[in-house]
Amino acid sequence: MKERELRDLIAEVKTGGLSRRAFVQRMIAVGLTAPMAGMMLAQSGVPMQAAEIPYKPTRAGGGGLLKILYWQAPTLLNPHFAVGTKDQDASRVFYEPLAGWDGDGNLMPVLAAEVPSKENDGLAEDGRSVIWKLKRGVKWHDSMPFTADDVVFNWEYARTPETAAVSIASYKDIKVEKIDDFAVRVIFPKPTPFWADAFVGTYGMIIPKHLFAEYIGGKSRDAPNNSKPVGTGPYMFDDFKPGDVVRAKLNPNYHIPNRPHFDSLEIKGGGDAVSAARAVLQTGEYDYAWNMQVEDEILKRLEAAGKGKVLIVETGNVEFMMLNSTDPAVEVDGERASVKTKHPLFSDPAVRQAISLLIDRTSIEKFIYGRTAAATANFLNAPEKVRSKNTRFEFNIEKANAILEAAGWKKGGDGIRAKDGKPLKFAFQTSINAPRQKTQAIIKQACQKAGIDVELKSVVASVFFSSDAANPDTYSHFYCDAQEYNTTMTQADPSFFMNQYLSWQVATRENKFQGRNVSRWRSTEYDAIHKQADEELDAVKRAAMYIKLNDLVVSDNYIHPLLRRPKVSAVAGNLSAPLSGWDNDLWQIPNWYRDT
Amino acid sequence: MGKYILRRLMTALPSLLGISLILFVLLALAPGDPFGELANNSNIPPEVRAALRVKFGIDDPIFVRYVRWLVAMLQGDWGFSFASRIDVDKLILQRVPTTLFVVGSSQILALAVALPVGVYAAMRPYSIFDQIANTFAFIGFSLPTFFTGLLLILIFSVNLGWLPFVYRTDIPSGGWHWYLEYFKQAIMPITVLGLFQAASYTRYVRSAVLDVIRLDYVTTARAKGLNEGKVVIKHVVRNALIPVVTLVALQMPAVFGGAIVTEQIFRIPGIGSLLITSILANDTPVIMAVTFVFACLVVIFNLLADIIYGWLDPRISYG
Repeated sequence: MKERELRDLIAEVKTGGLSRRAFVQRMIAVGLTAPMAGMMLAQSGVPMQAAEIPYKPTRAGGGGLLKILYWQAPTLLNPHFAVGTKDQDASRVFYEPLAGWDGDGNLMPVLAAEVPSKENDGLAEDGRSVIWKLKRGVKWHDSMPFTADDVVFNWEYARTPETAAVSIASYKDIKVEKIDDFAVRVIFPKPTPFWADAFVGTYGMIIPKHLFAEYIGGKSRDAPNNSKPVGTGPYMFDDFKPGDVVRAKLNPNYHIPNRPHFDSLEIKGGGDAVSAARAVLQTGEYDYAWNMQVEDEILKRLEAAGKGKVLIVETGNVEFMMLNSTDPAVEVDGERASVKTKHPLFSDPAVRQAISLLIDRTSIEKFIYGRTAAATANFLNAPEKVRSKNTRFEFNIEKANAILEAAGWKKGGDGIRAKDGKPLKFAFQTSINAPRQKTQAIIKQACQKAGIDVELKSVVASVFFSSDAANPDTYSHFYCDAQEYNTTMTQADPSFFMNQYLSWQVATRENKFQGRNVSRWRSTEYDAIHKQADEELDAVKRAAMYIKLNDLVVSDNYIHPLLRRPKVSAVAGNLSAPLSGWDNDLWQIPNWYRDT
Repeated sequence: MGKYILRRLMTALPSLLGISLILFVLLALAPGDPFGELANNSNIPPEVRAALRVKFGIDDPIFVRYVRWLVAMLQGDWGFSFASRIDVDKLILQRVPTTLFVVGSSQILALAVALPVGVYAAMRPYSIFDQIANTFAFIGFSLPTFFTGLLLILIFSVNLGWLPFVYRTDIPSGGWHWYLEYFKQAIMPITVLGLFQAASYTRYVRSAVLDVIRLDYVTTARAKGLNEGKVVIKHVVRNALIPVVTLVALQMPAVFGGAIVTEQIFRIPGIGSLLITSILANDTPVIMAVTFVFACLVVIFNLLADIIYGWLDPRISYG
């Protein structure tokens, strides 16, 4: 999809020929995030128009107790220290950002009075600064007023390396100035196309200056309010037992009228995903359970009890299979899978193409994941196919056979193809997780029919995903021919996500396998475009560049996207809980209510 | 007696020291990094991880870290949790009441079942009652707690809907309702743990009583014309209890360990589940503190067992 085509599509949205949602879905299909699509539209004059969040109650309170179940328990309640989703979500009950992302990539103001745009003079022409106007009359839970000083303080707090905030990346390169009590200016060191990062979404939650000012830098861990949050959110802190339960009660001074609905709220943690699903869907003991990593068949059975429903929202997460571009069997300078080597089989494009034809995505979706994943051909397609609503990918064993035959891979007596004495055999690894093992089996079966012998290997998840530089079985060592896992796209800006194919990101022994380019696929063209995209101010041109990057990666057939993985949650039948794949699960917690 | 306890405590110290050293070195050598999760998050630059490592002193040599831990421990500072960023002793103290309540009640239940059943079965060996008791005991300790736990959930929570299967420490209502709710949610975990223990205790009590009941002095007591109840309680059970006490005492710390599985199933915020989550998060100070508490419990309960021997059997002296 080229820049021109993107512009055409945007024009269609403008004239009403294409719905905003359809546009965003197409952008997701070509590998862009919904927030990025929203940014493109905003820049082209289609304003962010967040859908009205449904909310029926006419007064605050009266909803009783809201019971939320996380099968991983929250362990801390300072958003700047929140590593896992569990901690980020639990913090979101108390703390709020200036704005959040809805499922269609709209920015929705929370503590901001409005979303900055060119029309309201919020965005500088040169892309070097943004002005955020703050909502007036917002009070912290201890009745102190919320002002621009708090916003500036959060920047200072997070960017100080000694504070050791996990949000540091969003704040370390920018400057934040107070304009007046209710406006701040965010200044970027260079023209920045994606300006809605600091103070937005997960890493944008704002903590009060008057309680944390003394605990900036090395003393950050001593702040008593690290586990006793005082925020601006709809619920006030009541009690917290790390690793067990968070309790909150209604904030009577909340800055949105008639909210929240519930008198108190409880987040219980621990246990496992299946029993969490059971507690919501089957016994109705709980109202909401997060991250249902459960087979769809089980979810359907539990749903049959009629107590609750399964909610599925789109995210940028992709389950994919990658082929090693280096040779894991050969040691060069004492290092396996060195970039100085080439994979003996996969360096032949015919083999890669054949493998792409041997992945039966439809069956994987239908028989393994059900509603909890959608087969994707994402980047595989020529532009006109991307336009079609039913993107197609091909599963064709005969064609794969023909391609291999033509490339000179002949079947031997054992039915395995070989060329120049090299048998077509490879090892395929993934983490231990029932659906992944089934996916492996489906791919192995098809490969067998095409004369390719696949040896399956599965590694315990805690080892596979560990950052242990000494363990050869981790995904980042990739001492194997092929592997499968799920790559999450938590950042709204694709720049972070797409850096995983840059040549200087290659995971090597030298960088202790911390490099993000695990497949070790390299392309000078890719590197150049990625650099360019980082500075391109025009959102549409930039999107076109990212699509080009995706095409580069996938058309080379080293990377095979399998499925899009949405966010799956279990919700009680009468609970209204708007979710977004681009923000925390609890981002709309003020608007949650129970229909009676 | 006082001298004996003092001597025992003195000999316990070096073993605790040795245990702590081994634990510490093992944890330090074990793979895994408390901030490993940060490594996979591209949003977090490596400098933050480096800053955190320096802040928590992870990069110092093992020996330096051990001495620092030991000195702090002696001053009552248990360390600082990486994952929760609060003091470890606070974390553990939050968990102790729940663990004591659940594990304590299950032990009481276990003894309340095992003692009468075991004694009665031994008094009438190979009777119908004995056979049935034996069968149930075998079934009881053959079924692991995670299985019986899930079975009870399936029956009482899912099918009948009588009992909740998520354990809550923060039941909001007050008064008798609070007690009712608390009791309801505790029934299943206590039953699972208690009956599992009771099964093995029953076997021990039975064989211990069987050993004693055939001795001459019991016959003598009966010959004196004492009634059966007195014979059994005063003469038989008291002597038979000695091996049982050893078993129960040694089992106590193991029950804390065994409760890990049950705590996970019912989401009980006990020490066991704290240990599991901290192991998964590579939260070394918490793992260290919890395992050390377990080690102390083993030593203390051993001592307790020895003291109870003296009360049960006056022939044992503490010279």
